[in-house]
Order: sequence, then structure tokens, then C-alpha cells
Amino acid sequence: MNISKECVDRLKKMAWRMRLNALDMALISGKNGSHLGGSLSCMEILAVLYGEVLNIDAKDPCNPERDRFLPSKNHCVLAHIPALAETGFLEHEEIFEFQKDGGRLTGYPRQVELGLEYSGGSLGMALSVGIGIAWNARENRRAAAVYVLMGDGELNEGSVWEAFMAAAHYHLTNLTVIIDRNHLSYDGNTEEIMGLENLSEKLESFRWNVIKCNGHDVKELLESFAGRSSEKPNVILADTVKGKGVSFMENRPEWHHHRLSREEYESAKEEIMRGVGQE
Amino acid sequence: MKVNSIMIKTWAKLGQRGAVFAAALPNIAEKNKKIRLLTADLALLSGMDRFRAAYPEKFLNVGIAEQNMIGIAAGMAMEGECVFAATYASFIAVRSLEQIRQHLSHMQCNVKVVGSSAGVVAAKSGISHWATEDIAFMRVLPNLTVFSPADSLEAVKAAEYAAEYEGPVYIRLSGGLNCPVVYNMDYQFTPGELMKIREGMDVAVIATGLMVFETLKAAEMLEKQGISCAVYNMHTIKPMDRDGLKKIFMQYQLLVTVEEHNVLGGMGSAVAEYKAEFQKSPRQILIGMPDSFAQAGSQRYVWEQMGLIDWQIAERIKREWERKS
Repeated sequence: MNISKECVDRLKKMAWRMRLNALDMALISGKNGSHLGGSLSCMEILAVLYGEVLNIDAKDPCNPERDRFLPSKNHCVLAHIPALAETGFLEHEEIFEFQKDGGRLTGYPRQVELGLEYSGGSLGMALSVGIGIAWNARENRRAAAVYVLMGDGELNEGSVWEAFMAAAHYHLTNLTVIIDRNHLSYDGNTEEIMGLENLSEKLESFRWNVIKCNGHDVKELLESFAGRSSEKPNVILADTVKGKGVSFMENRPEWHHHRLSREEYESAKEEIMRGVGQE
Repeated sequence: MKVNSIMIKTWAKLGQRGAVFAAALPNIAEKNKKIRLLTADLALLSGMDRFRAAYPEKFLNVGIAEQNMIGIAAGMAMEGECVFAATYASFIAVRSLEQIRQHLSHMQCNVKVVGSSAGVVAAKSGISHWATEDIAFMRVLPNLTVFSPADSLEAVKAAEYAAEYEGPVYIRLSGGLNCPVVYNMDYQFTPGELMKIREGMDVAVIATGLMVFETLKAAEMLEKQGISCAVYNMHTIKPMDRDGLKKIFMQYQLLVTVEEHNVLGGMGSAVAEYKAEFQKSPRQILIGMPDSFAQAGSQRYVWEQMGLIDWQIAERIKREWERKS
């Protein structure tokens, strides 16, 4: 893993560009609204994955040795699609067609050639699929590693814990889960709606190696991936802020899914640009 | 696979589930290296020992976690494997319905969902273990093929076909041990084709699963009373044989469907949906579980409450036939 200053700077810039893309996508969604909050919270996670960690190649998207990324919290689309554009899976212009009727990014079943390994918006289901892929990769002695991005809200689902139990039982060391711990689900604070804590202890008791980090700190994320165990499946518990980067969205549950007005767009964009300048 | 009469007898003794998992699947896996077998803590009862011993690296018992099983199966299928996932029909088709919808129906993963003890054979375990709505759930999912074999031989044939076919399949295995034999010699199983197994002039009766055997017996009873029934085996619920059905609609005035399933949403319902397109078509009687649960007990005790025993089917058809003429 490259944790040089150059790499950290490159990934930070990538996350900034992705944030700006996300705002553009949200604006285009118009009255339909979009899932900005939970996409802004995982921007650095996806930048680090796509910019450094994942062994993938847009020119060879179906290579059986490639790493697999499954977005279990698939409402992170405003972060995922910009990441795919950054890595050459999509043309930059195409990201604005993500909600276009008849477009190839809308309601797709599964499009490996576009880097979309998993389709689904219903929560709590992708980790099981990741287990199947990871188990198969190991049995076939493939180098492929599997990465599953999960939200914290979806940890309320029982099927998630079936999967956590199974992955450790099968010693799937080629499987990494990243939890975007932004502390908010649609209706509010996760600890008020259905408490998850002590999450780290829960996961450890399920025999996972737990690594905690600041999910907006690129360097810490890189170090977390570099420090994974080779004995157990790994879960990176990334502490994040929903709506990160735009002050009027940060920690506000309504921005889970919301319409972005032109004024809000301008103000959010200005704030993100200012952030870039300060670094 | 070459089938002889000894195999037919042995498989009948094992029942549909045993025939598929103990007898057929290890042989299928010998030729098809992509076969994987997953179960949710139902290996012993299903006779999966032989498969597990021969292919430990291709067998996975996920514990009592049906949703997780379908997800894992989908993940393996995405990597090119042909995955059989099996447990009680009551759990696999109901508890993991959403995973089947998302991963198999939508993403079209190559998984063969095998639900055993469908119908009411697990009657004494109570209604929780019945599967009397699985056909309804599975047949409304796009891209799924749905088989409901009449006996053990047909169950093996459906499994053999599913192993070669690329796409999601649901196989509904009914009954326990000692499955009645509908086909006492080898025959051509053509997926998607309604199979006429008895000639008859007056009434067309379409049955599926264990009801095929009961219906054949009912037809014989009716023959003695002067009512001639043609009997069809609908082993493939989806895709439905529209051409075959159309011929029946043209030829008969009375059509009866018989299934060990709720009359709502099942095979008879599927036939009726299609029949609605025709201006002139026969009256249809749907025999099955009326839309209410019977009292738990032995299989035949439950069948009797639902009117699914041969003589009850015969009486019902006679009544409807006389009403017509």
C-alpha cells in the first residue's frame, strides 16, 4: 500500500472532484432528489478504494483475478459513479445520465464491464453475496479480494449478522467490509432508533478483525487497509459524518434523500471549493 | 443418464428429495465440474452425505440461515458456478424470497433453488412447515423457471436439466419417502411442455406434483362411471405451455386443475390467467388448498380436509360434469 504524501494528496483531490460531481448529479436529479448525505460520508472511502486499494482495470473489467467491490449501501451512488468515472469505467459525461430513462446506469441488473458488480438497493443483502465470491475465489486459488461497503443503518437487518457469522466461520481473509459509520439512518440517529453500540465489540465477538479509523482521513484509511489481518476477515469501522463537506448538510438526517436547489448547489459548491483552497 | 426399472424403484423409495440429492446430484457433479451444493442445516435429512463425501470443497452448509444461503449461492454463481441451494420449500421460498427476487430474478444468477417437502407432507410439524404458496411466490418472479415434478424420476430429470440450463430455477419437491410412481419406465422430459399422460374425451384434468398420481387414480374411477378424463402433467409451471393449453381450451368444455397448493396464485391460477384471454373456453374448476389452513395432521388427513384424495377428486369432477350436462 502506498501511503506517501503524494498518494494521500492525489486521493484527497480525487475525493474533492468526486464531491463536486456528486453535487452536479444531485442538481440534475431536480425535484426527484437524491441520496447526497450518505454519499458524501463515504467519499474518501471510495476514493481510497478506487484510487489505490482495488486491483481493477477498466480496460480488462472481467478479469477473474480482479478485486470485487460490492456497494451494499447502494444509495452511495453519488459517490460510486464518480469513482467509476475517475477510474475510467465511465465517460465523465455519462455520470450525468445516472437517472436518465433508458440509460445504462438506471435499474441495471449487473454490469461488470462498467464496474457495477452488484445491483440492489434493498439493504443487508450484499455481504452474503461477497461471501460467495470470496469463498469461490479462495477455492479456485484466485488472488481476487472482495470489498463490501456497508452503511451503519443496514446493520439493523438480521441477514447482515448471518453473514458476519458465516464469513468468520469460513475464515474468509480475502473479504474486507468497510462500514460507513455516519451515525444516521433515514429517520435519525442510529443509537436512538436502534442502538448498534458497542459495534466494535459486537464485530470482534463475531470473530472479525476490527480496525477503527476516521473515515474522512485519507491517510488513516490507507493505514487501515495496510494494517489488515491475514488471519481473520477484516472490518474497517470508518467513523464519518453524513453530508461531509457541506456545512448545512452535515449530520442532518433530512439530507439522506433530499432535493438540492440551485441556491443550495451554489453554496455547497463554493464551500467545497474553498476547502480545496485551504489544503 | 440411462434409467432402468431398479433405479425408478429405488428413487421412489428415497422420495423426490432423496432421489435428487442422494442419487442424482453426485452423478451430475461428476460430469459438471461447476456444480456446487449449499444447504441450510438440512444435509442429513436430504441425503447429501454422498455428495459431501465426494466433493467436500463443493459443499457448504450455512446453518439455519436461508437468506444468507441464497446470497452466498448468488455470489458463487456470479463467478461462473452452477449452484444448487436447498432446504425446506416452506423456508427457502418464503424466508429468502427477497434474496431470490433480487439476486436470482433481477441479477439472473445461475442458482437452482430446491425446495423440499413442498405441499403439506410435513403436516405434523404444523403449518409452519407446509409450503402451499411457493408456486405463487416463485412464478411471479421474472426470469425464473419453475418445475413441479410428479414423481422421483421426474424430479431427477428436472434437476439434470437445471444443472445444464443457464439461469435461475426453482424446483418444487413434494412428498417424503416412498413417492408414488407416475412414470414406471424412462420417458422424454421436455421442459416447458404440458405432458398428456392419459387420453380422455370428456374432461381435461391438469395436475402437478403429487396430485398427478392422485388424479390418474381419480380418472380411472371416473372411467368406470362413464366419464372419460384426459390427464395432463404440468411439470413446468413457468414458462407455461401456452400452445398446449390452447389446444385443451379448444377441445374440452370442462377443465379441472389439481394441485397441493393454495388455489390462489398457484398452477390453476396460472392456467386461469391465460384462459381469460379466450372468448370461448371451458369452465375451469380449481382443486387445491382452499384459501384457509386445514388442521395439521398426517398428509392424507390434511389432503382429505382439502379434498385432494383420489376419490374426492373423482367425486368433485363427477359433480361438476353432471352439472354441466
